[in-house]
Order: sequence, then structure tokens, then C-alpha cells
Amino acid sequence: MSTLVVCSVTAAQFLLASAMACALFRILRGPRAQDRVLGFDSLYVNAMLLLLVFGIRSGSTLYFEAALIVALLGFVSTVALAKFLLRGEVIE
Amino acid sequence: MNAVADTLTALLLVTGAAITFVGTLGLLRLRTFYQRVHAPTLGTTLGMTCIALASMIYFASTANRLVLHEILIVLFVTVTTPISLMILVRAAVFRDKFENTMSERNTQ
Repeated sequence: MSTLVVCSVTAAQFLLASAMACALFRILRGPRAQDRVLGFDSLYVNAMLLLLVFGIRSGSTLYFEAALIVALLGFVSTVALAKFLLRGEVIE
Repeated sequence: MNAVADTLTALLLVTGAAITFVGTLGLLRLRTFYQRVHAPTLGTTLGMTCIALASMIYFASTANRLVLHEILIVLFVTVTTPISLMILVRAAVFRDKFENTMSERNTQ
């Protein structure tokens, strides 16, 4: 792996970790429930991108499956939380 | 060929990560909820596509064959993000309306 790729992977990891910190701050600060759900949504998208960057750094395609599962479960949980905010229960 | 692939990978990685960071910074900085909904979609469309493209180019250049399975993530996230955000905004509109009617009822 060339030094250019190593440097850019490190920079991308730093940027994505800062983005995750921003989303975490939004989850903690609120001010309402839908803001927290939105922060959680962008937190899992950033975690999925960080997994893809980890895959490039380690050179294995194993991280791709983990990223796919994170995307899948994140979508389901966001829809379940939004449904809970809308109706008061998830499955009616 | 390898140097070209490395340069493209580095460029796409940094661009995608920077776009995602700007989008999430918007989530932190914007004022109302309806403004904040727009910001992180920058990361879920353009940033995610850039990083997946970088991963595809990198693995294709190291394995010397076409690697396309990151397209699955691109397709899935592109399809699901509008659905989940639309349901979330609908819930927010419902909650705002409900609180307005309750406060009006309390003032009367």
C-alpha cells in the first residue's frame, strides 16, 4: 500500500470520527426526540462509512459484510423509532 | 496503472469523508429540526458514493479483477434513506400539530 493511500485513509478516518462525534453531541443535546433519532440515523451511516474505510486499510473484504449489516439494521431501527414517535407503539 | 488507482482512491476517500463531515456538522449547527433533516443526506448520498467508489477502485487494483459488491451498499442506502427520513418527518409534523392543539386547549 502506498503512502498516499495510507495518509488519505488516516485523514478520512479522522474526518469520519469527528462527524460521529458531532452526531453523538446531537443525540445527547436533543432537544426533542426526533432530533435524537436523526442524530442516531447519521451516526450509523457514519459508522458504516468508517467500516468501509477500515476495510481499505486492512485490505480484507470482510468489513464490507459488516457495513452492509450495519446499514440494514440502522434502517430498520430508524423506521421502528419513527413509527414509535408517530403512533406510540411499533407493531399494532 | 497502480499509481493512477492509488491517486483516485486517495482523492475519492478524502472527498467523501470531507463531504460527510460537512453534512454532519450541518446536523449540529442548523437551528430547527426541519432544517437539520436536510444536512446529513449530504453524507448518505454523495459521501457514501465517493467512499464506496474508492473501495471498489482500490480492491479492483489490488485483486486485478472487477470488484463490484460495494454497489449493493450504494443501492440499499440510496433506496432506504428517503423512506426513513420521510417517516421521521411525518412523525415530527404529527407531534408538532398535537402539541399545538394541546397548548391551544390549555390557553382557552
